[in-house]
Amino acid sequence: MASIASSDTGVATQKGRSGRQEPSRDRWIAWLWAGPAILFVAVFLVYPVIYTLWLSLFSADSSSFVGLQNFRRIFTSSVLLEVLRNNLLWLVLGTIATVFFGLVIAVLVDRVRFEGVAKAAIFIPMSISFVGASVIWSFMYQYQPAGQEQTGLINAVITKFGFAPQSWLTTPGLANFALIAIYVWMWTGFCMVILSAALKSVPADILEAARVDGANEFAIFFRVTVPMISPTIVVVATTMVINLLKIFDIIYVTTGGNFGTNVIAMSYYQQLFTFNDSGLASALAVILLLAVIPVLYFNIRRFRAEGVR
Amino acid sequence: MADVRFEHVYKRYGDGANVISDLNLQVRDQEFLVLVGPSGCGKSTALRMIAGLEEISDGDLYIGQRRVNDVAPKDRDIAMVFQNYALYPHMSVFDNMAFSLKLRHLPKADIADRVQKAATMLGIRDYLQRKPRELSGGQRQRVALGRAIVREPQVFLMDEPLSNLDAKLRVQTRADIARLHQQVPTTTVYVTHDQVEAMTMGDRIAVLNAGIIQQLGTPTELYETPANLFVAGFIGSPSMDFFNARLVRQGDGAPVVLIGEGADEHKLTLEGETATQVAGQATADGRPVIVGIRPEAFALAGDATENTLTGTVDVVEHLGNEQLVYIRIPGAMVPETAETRGSTARLPAHADIHLNEKLTLAVDTNRLHLFDPATTNRFV
Repeated sequence: MASIASSDTGVATQKGRSGRQEPSRDRWIAWLWAGPAILFVAVFLVYPVIYTLWLSLFSADSSSFVGLQNFRRIFTSSVLLEVLRNNLLWLVLGTIATVFFGLVIAVLVDRVRFEGVAKAAIFIPMSISFVGASVIWSFMYQYQPAGQEQTGLINAVITKFGFAPQSWLTTPGLANFALIAIYVWMWTGFCMVILSAALKSVPADILEAARVDGANEFAIFFRVTVPMISPTIVVVATTMVINLLKIFDIIYVTTGGNFGTNVIAMSYYQQLFTFNDSGLASALAVILLLAVIPVLYFNIRRFRAEGVR
Repeated sequence: MADVRFEHVYKRYGDGANVISDLNLQVRDQEFLVLVGPSGCGKSTALRMIAGLEEISDGDLYIGQRRVNDVAPKDRDIAMVFQNYALYPHMSVFDNMAFSLKLRHLPKADIADRVQKAATMLGIRDYLQRKPRELSGGQRQRVALGRAIVREPQVFLMDEPLSNLDAKLRVQTRADIARLHQQVPTTTVYVTHDQVEAMTMGDRIAVLNAGIIQQLGTPTELYETPANLFVAGFIGSPSMDFFNARLVRQGDGAPVVLIGEGADEHKLTLEGETATQVAGQATADGRPVIVGIRPEAFALAGDATENTLTGTVDVVEHLGNEQLVYIRIPGAMVPETAETRGSTARLPAHADIHLNEKLTLAVDTNRLHLFDPATTNRFV
């Protein structure tokens, strides 16, 4: 966000330079226009960030300076390392799955007659809140010991086929994947809609040219279509990355971070509100912030490049 | 190298309308054939059928000895130049041209060699590393041509490749394509709606209207002996003038056509080949015919009184080397969509002609075209 604000002022001063009025007056007007935005950013963004950074260097009750002690705790405690590892798993698996399924579905629905209906059906989960979706999936994943009537849909189905019922949400290792599946279910539709629009913007004659040039459908897809929509794929993927870095609600509602499913945002919440450790919580927030910055920077650079073109 | 043959080819869409009806056409080996016609006449559809981008509803299509109805575009060994160039925007000029060769797994050195050769021929060697969006329209056009040339295909297909260029560049590229065909004589099918392009580029021209070939022939044949009213009106710029007339025989048996009625009646005595053809036929006296006169078959009458037409000058366009005079002549068939209400005459630039004056023009009666009003076919 900080860098967006700086780009605003950058534009304003550029305008001032190219204008015909005296430079000093131009500069004054530029500050006037940019001023409110700068003020808002300073009060609601820069100050909290700096304050969080500050808190992360203090003890649990913010009474004594501890240096980087909080960060050392994060990177040495096996519990907190697992939190980081889980977040990484979410990040990689969630992004790949949503973008991959989104793209595949976008390509497939492009060729069927009931495209509108199919797209709507896949997009609908987007309109459900994280909490709602998590509750729905908690029912889907419900588990009764083997031999009893299964009340969860998934276990009911797999036991019908002779498999043993799984306790999806309480089995460490399995639970993470079960939770990521909820996210994928919710967000594949979003990826699909945006990628579908990009696919439709690829001119038909370019695809025909590729066909005449001797490309089969796979070559057309991977060597023509995908490179042509790659800017959109990157935007969708970075949106997913930012979403996934902040993932909280699904875990809070389903497992509460137990059974090896804790992630940074959840852990931050626990440290702050359950254990009253504002130092460690702030350190976790700082890590989250640092992780988002490269993605944001990349995205903004892309936006600027698009603007130049 | 191969010929292309359409045998009783039809194209129908869902609503049952025929876009192409019973198309029979052979494009000879190494020939440059132009498909020309107004928009919606089916010319692009025919071209896309050769490319395999459009399904054939009925009939057979051959490239060489092979029936290609069910052959995928990639296996037809054809190259196509699209109206909007259809370059791959994410690839450099080199990669655009090399794409088809890479797909065929040619050795890298071969690919570079062929691309360089084509680029030299087209004068785009300096742009090989650029992206299409960094090129001008004319340069993109050349890349599109280059992409087709490097393939060394059996058949070139070109779908209105010049329509996005400005007038000057169009004339230049037209000459370039013609020269290219001389250097690399590959069977070429070229689609255009522009009859000037057709006349200047084609070895032969097929005029299409409403999915039916109206006439197939050399540019000269089409110009001098158009098979029907449509071809007569479509080929030539400005287009041929038409008149409602009656065909009668004079006392000596010589055929004449009468244009206009009463005081405005004019008599043109047929001469030359048309006269011979008509003389050989038994026709009812006073039979209605449509007379076609090319604008350049008019001349200022001077003292002549025979074989003339008189009308009122409506518009005069000075072109420097000549002037186009639009004259309202009684008996003229002027389409309602025409820009002026007169027949066109090409006259010398120095002639002093005023608006609304009565002007008498001499007609070269060796160059009259006669058409049957009922069938619109050439009257022979």
